[in-house]
Amino acid sequence: MSITVENISKSYGAFQALRGVSLDIPDSQITALLGPSGSGKTTLLRIIAGLEKPDEGSGPIRFHHEDVAGRRVQERRVGFVFQHYALFKHMSVFENVAFGLRVRPKHERPANEVIDRKVHDLLKLVQLDGMAHRFPSQLSGGQRQRVALARALAVEPRVLLLDEPFGALDARVRKQLRAWIRRLHDEIAITTIFVTHDQDEALEVADRVVVMNEGRVEQAGAPEEVFHDPATEFVMNFLGHVNVFDGRIEDGKVTFASVQIEHPAALETAAGPARVFIRPHELSLHLLPRSDSLPATVTGIHAAGPAVRLTLAADGEHTFSADISQDVYRALKVSVGAKFWVLPKDLRVFPGSAPDAGRL
Amino acid sequence: MSLRPATAEPRWVRTLLLAITMLFLAAFLVTPLVAVFTEALRKGVGAYFAGFNDPAVRSAIKLTLLTAGIAVPVNVVFGLAAAWSVAKFEFPGKSLLTTLIDLPLAVSPVVSGLIYVLVFGLNGWLGPWLKAHHLQVIFAVPGIVLATVFVTLPFVARELIPLMQEQGTEDEESALTLGASGWQTFWRVTLPNIRWALLYGVILCNARAMGEFGAVSVVSGHIRGKTNTVPLQVEILYNEYNFVAAFAVASLLAMLALVTLAAKSFIEWRMTSAPASPAVPGDPT
Repeated sequence: MSITVENISKSYGAFQALRGVSLDIPDSQITALLGPSGSGKTTLLRIIAGLEKPDEGSGPIRFHHEDVAGRRVQERRVGFVFQHYALFKHMSVFENVAFGLRVRPKHERPANEVIDRKVHDLLKLVQLDGMAHRFPSQLSGGQRQRVALARALAVEPRVLLLDEPFGALDARVRKQLRAWIRRLHDEIAITTIFVTHDQDEALEVADRVVVMNEGRVEQAGAPEEVFHDPATEFVMNFLGHVNVFDGRIEDGKVTFASVQIEHPAALETAAGPARVFIRPHELSLHLLPRSDSLPATVTGIHAAGPAVRLTLAADGEHTFSADISQDVYRALKVSVGAKFWVLPKDLRVFPGSAPDAGRL
Repeated sequence: MSLRPATAEPRWVRTLLLAITMLFLAAFLVTPLVAVFTEALRKGVGAYFAGFNDPAVRSAIKLTLLTAGIAVPVNVVFGLAAAWSVAKFEFPGKSLLTTLIDLPLAVSPVVSGLIYVLVFGLNGWLGPWLKAHHLQVIFAVPGIVLATVFVTLPFVARELIPLMQEQGTEDEESALTLGASGWQTFWRVTLPNIRWALLYGVILCNARAMGEFGAVSVVSGHIRGKTNTVPLQVEILYNEYNFVAAFAVASLLAMLALVTLAAKSFIEWRMTSAPASPAVPGDPT
């Protein structure tokens, strides 16, 4: 079931949570809505579910080709999983999962044996068979999350919507559940949208990432696409650590921190100020100078990890980070105070000077 | 001298504090309670029960049960509506509403009674209209019920508002996404979530409804056998030097208090213990 929303706006008093968002969610894939808090991602999810009403003048919300904007939440057949699970505390795991089947009108309600079989199948799917008689308070966070998922799947939803599904879990369980959700989805292939503020989570789990900021979509695309080819400075900044330099575009070249580099973006753009973004792993260290490398001094070393992160200072004012492998770190005998030539292997240039604090 | 934790008082301080507490409890709570029962039984069990044979006493008991029987359900409906509005909606004047709910607790019951006399009494605002339609509120049962509803108004709402605010709306939203209607959500999700707090409010409301004296006294008119509730009947019997009967009827209120306390403690214990009920509902296989 593909989902299309067009020109969706939502404001709460003076605060505008969504500003004319249009989006296509492909069928049978996992899509991540990624953004900082206040970016409107949860509001968009709740509007798709029917838990919030978009402002007057917003466009349609289509499930496949059917416009559901006027439909009530009960009629939309969505599975919604809340960040804090929202399990019914007074019901057993079994009754929680059976809830959506038991509240159906009499003529649509399945027989007890059918409900029983279905609930047990779902509990098996989420690896909780044998827990049917437990109460939510007797389960761990990860188990509760899986009960919430089974409960949402019981009504055979057309789409599955997850609001910060791993947000309330500790780091280790979160990683396990991430991998598990991905496998589960490969099994049942239901159109899934999940909201997260964690870029690692989005890049790892999703087939498609929608980066949101201040009520707008900044970029939508495959994880590799948004990571390697960010459309805006915001996306560049939000997806992982990045070094930012103020520079200039002149004569088809980019100048920053005492180096001048040829770059395709510079050829297409008129002369003027520019911002240069380089990820730490896109820098390499060399003992000998090149025309496009900049001299820098090591001021800090963080070697506990798969890569070594160095803090470097260039001409006394620019401080930036570079990630190098443990092998290179040992071969170059890097120490604090050592001087190297730093070569950008890749970089991105956005014309214009530093953005204002709050864009309109 | 051995070291003691910084917050531990010397032994004599603890003994003194405990002694003061016990003395006050004995003087102001236990002694009167014992006195009620000893006075009631002073002339034996026969005289005790004879007190309840008086038709005026029986009528007072009936009126009290009727009043509580109306006031408590009205309170439950109002309390649920108020708590739901405050906890789940945003609207202007919300904090004013929560303050107003507490008004009956802040105002002297006699004043609340007087307000009803001013509004519904013969010389009150609505007095002439009521008289023209042959309706009597003051010095009649409707007045007693109105006054009781007023003084008990905060009890259920005050128990529910903080709980429902804390619980938020996720459980209800969850039920809606699973296809439940508004009523199904209320009966199957909201009500079970608040049942103990609701019962707690009902118990307190009932105790107050049955025991209210001041407000009811003003609007009742003390018509023997007609507009006297149990507390008013106790006063009348006492003023007539019929001590055994007065204390016998008073012992009913004392027992109500004890039952209320027991029920309250039980509910408090249920509310603080794990939310999972020990009674596992049967597997519907």
